[in-house]
Amino acid sequence: MSEKSVTITDACIGCGECTKACPFGSITVVDGLAVVSDDCRVCGVCVDACPVDAIKIKEFEISTLSDFKGVLVYAEQHEGKIHPVVYELLGKGRELADQLGEELYTVLIGNNIGKQGDQLISRGADRVYIYEDSSLSSFRDDPYTQILAECVQECRPSILLIGATGLGRALGPRVAARLKTGLTADCTGLEIDPETNLLLQTRPAYGGNIMATIITPNSRPQMATVRYKVMNEAKIDEKRNGVIINRSIPKSLQDRVKVLGFEPIKEEINITDADIIVAGGKGLNDANGFKLLEELAKEIGAAVGASRPTVDEGWITYRHQVGLSGKTVRPKLYIACGISGVVQHLAGMKTSDIIISINKDKEAPICSVSTITAIGDLYEVIPRLIEKIKTHKKNQ
Amino acid sequence: MSAELNIIVCIKQVPETTEVEFDEETGRLKREGIAAIINPFDEYAIETGLQIKEKYGGKVKVLTMGPPAADQALRDSIAMGAEEAYLATDRVFAGADTWATSYTLAKIINNIGKFDLIICGLKTTDGDTGQTGPEMAETLGVPCICYVSEILSIENGVIKVKRSLDNGVELLEASLPILITVGKDIAQPRLATLRGRIAARKAVINQITNKELGLDIKTIGLDGSFTRVIKIFTPPSTAGGEILQGTPEELAESIFQKLKEKKVI
Ligand SMILES: Cc1cc2nc3c(=O)[nH]c(=O)nc-3n(C[C@H](O)[C@H](O)[C@H](O)COP(=O)(O)OP(=O)(O)OC[C@H]3O[C@@H](n4cnc5c(N)ncnc54)[C@H](O)[C@@H]3O)c2cc1C
Ligand SMILES: Nc1ncnc2c1ncn2[C@@H]1O[C@H](COP(=O)(O)O)[C@@H](O)[C@H]1O
Repeated sequence: MSEKSVTITDACIGCGECTKACPFGSITVVDGLAVVSDDCRVCGVCVDACPVDAIKIKEFEISTLSDFKGVLVYAEQHEGKIHPVVYELLGKGRELADQLGEELYTVLIGNNIGKQGDQLISRGADRVYIYEDSSLSSFRDDPYTQILAECVQECRPSILLIGATGLGRALGPRVAARLKTGLTADCTGLEIDPETNLLLQTRPAYGGNIMATIITPNSRPQMATVRYKVMNEAKIDEKRNGVIINRSIPKSLQDRVKVLGFEPIKEEINITDADIIVAGGKGLNDANGFKLLEELAKEIGAAVGASRPTVDEGWITYRHQVGLSGKTVRPKLYIACGISGVVQHLAGMKTSDIIISINKDKEAPICSVSTITAIGDLYEVIPRLIEKIKTHKKNQ
Repeated sequence: MSAELNIIVCIKQVPETTEVEFDEETGRLKREGIAAIINPFDEYAIETGLQIKEKYGGKVKVLTMGPPAADQALRDSIAMGAEEAYLATDRVFAGADTWATSYTLAKIINNIGKFDLIICGLKTTDGDTGQTGPEMAETLGVPCICYVSEILSIENGVIKVKRSLDNGVELLEASLPILITVGKDIAQPRLATLRGRIAARKAVINQITNKELGLDIKTIGLDGSFTRVIKIFTPPSTAGGEILQGTPEELAESIFQKLKEKKVI
């Protein structure tokens, strides 16, 4: 992060092009000269809009990197409910902060969220920043980016962690670009280098065929989005002490995208959250195969996943696709039915705790990542399995 | 809609396979000798641009930053129906992380001229970050909507879209100009036509180097990157487990026992 400011030089002719261009409405023309107000976010749009090159952005490092201390965790919430990835980030964040001998902070943005502060403290936070306002009830990139960036400017953490959820992966890059700092996507490992105190951020690349360790040496905070269900959740300690800091929201909140509506998916379990996934591949032979898998899924409370060719064939919607060009999942149990396990599919599921596969071919690559593989026809095995589960449930 | 829409689609050329090698020294990936394709998600971005153009009128320009060979990805986009292509290639752009990439692309887009809509893929299959789009939006000072799954309308400078989130579908509205990223649920990319292929062969690709842009080399390429790859390694391979053979009844029983053992049932 570096501090910047916008200055208007004598070259200004008061034409007002910058006023029109400024997305924040922060420039006005007074007595034939452009004047920049405090609402300026130093985005630089005006510099390009000015026909006479009169606007300059000055940039200066206002502090050394060592002025940034502590670990800040972004506490994602939906309708006032904390996303479970936050507890995992607090677990990891506590570990990192202790190793650095620094504090763990968390920031909560939304509406009707105040009561969550204590809970975040019991999960390890030393300080909780709360930005609560009725205008923040649903997530929107613009105001959430602005507030998170402001919070960082106040709190000056050396590390900022965000869950690699859909929203987190949209918010992270906006904040990183605004703060002018590095961001590592979708990390599965975080450690402190004992020599340099830098954050070592490890993530899969190339569909998980390669792991890369990445550092952010010269800018702060060191930002990472972190994959859900990889880190261990922070334990609850009701006796922990911490400070809650209520902050008012910025006076002029940028908000360019309007939410007109939301249609939740209710009937099915989302594959990224699921503890159990029953997934089908080309071996199902046709769309009806998924009916069988749904039946099994219902019996064991699982979500239904799919390989790419089944989605391409239109047997099931893209939302269910697991793999490199679909979703990455890490359930406790993954049951792969008629899936060969080509690298791009494995990339999305091979870190599942237990993998059970059913395949006709014992040479299929899925066997090499499976805890057990049943070599057989899924249409003969699965109906029998469903029967057994039903009988078992009845006798319980 | 009064004016024609200026649509810019950002595409990246990626290796066809994800089994790639890396240069331990620089921490960069060796791309030589591996067939290259348009990043699969970016084909959906191109298709989206073409459909918008067909419905509302406008022009689709494709832009990529990459090695000279990325020329092919641009020609493939023209074969699909894009009208103009820009290839940003220069040694000083190499080794850029997502921030340096998005910064360079943003500066190029400002250079190309006015735009109404920028379309990016959800993520690439090599970098796999999905960060370039939103970072670019921030640098350009325009709003950004990630994971767009349907364009509902573009009227009087206002775009209405649906986007798919983990727990549902959101309906959004914003004024142009804007940047969106699109997933696979948006449309099926079309195949190149014969006429398109001929056009692609003849097309003039606009070349951009840092000579035209004049960016401070401390802000681009490896030097402009805030992140550094310090180690690359192959993940430990998981040992293969047990192979069960037998009658369907026996197999079903074994799986059933496993589910009980793991307390799934
Ligand atoms: C850039 C790129 C991105 C990709 N992204 C993804 C991705 O995100 N997700 C993905 O899944 N793929 C992806 N792929 C495709 C991937 O390479 C494979 O083609 C795909 O995963 C194979 O799907 P499958 O296992 O269902 O089909 P197949 O490979 O055809 O395998 C079918 C399997 O079913 C078995 N079988 C057949 N009949 C039966 C039966 N009756 N009972 C039991 N077993 C049976 C067969 O033995 C075989 O092993 C991608 C490819 C590329 C190039
Ligand atoms: N070098 C590049 N040139 C043009 N567009 C790019 C480049 N890199 C990434 N993009 C765009 O940004 C999206 C996300 O890429 P990534 O952040 O690498 O996952 C891609 O789908 C492209 O639309």
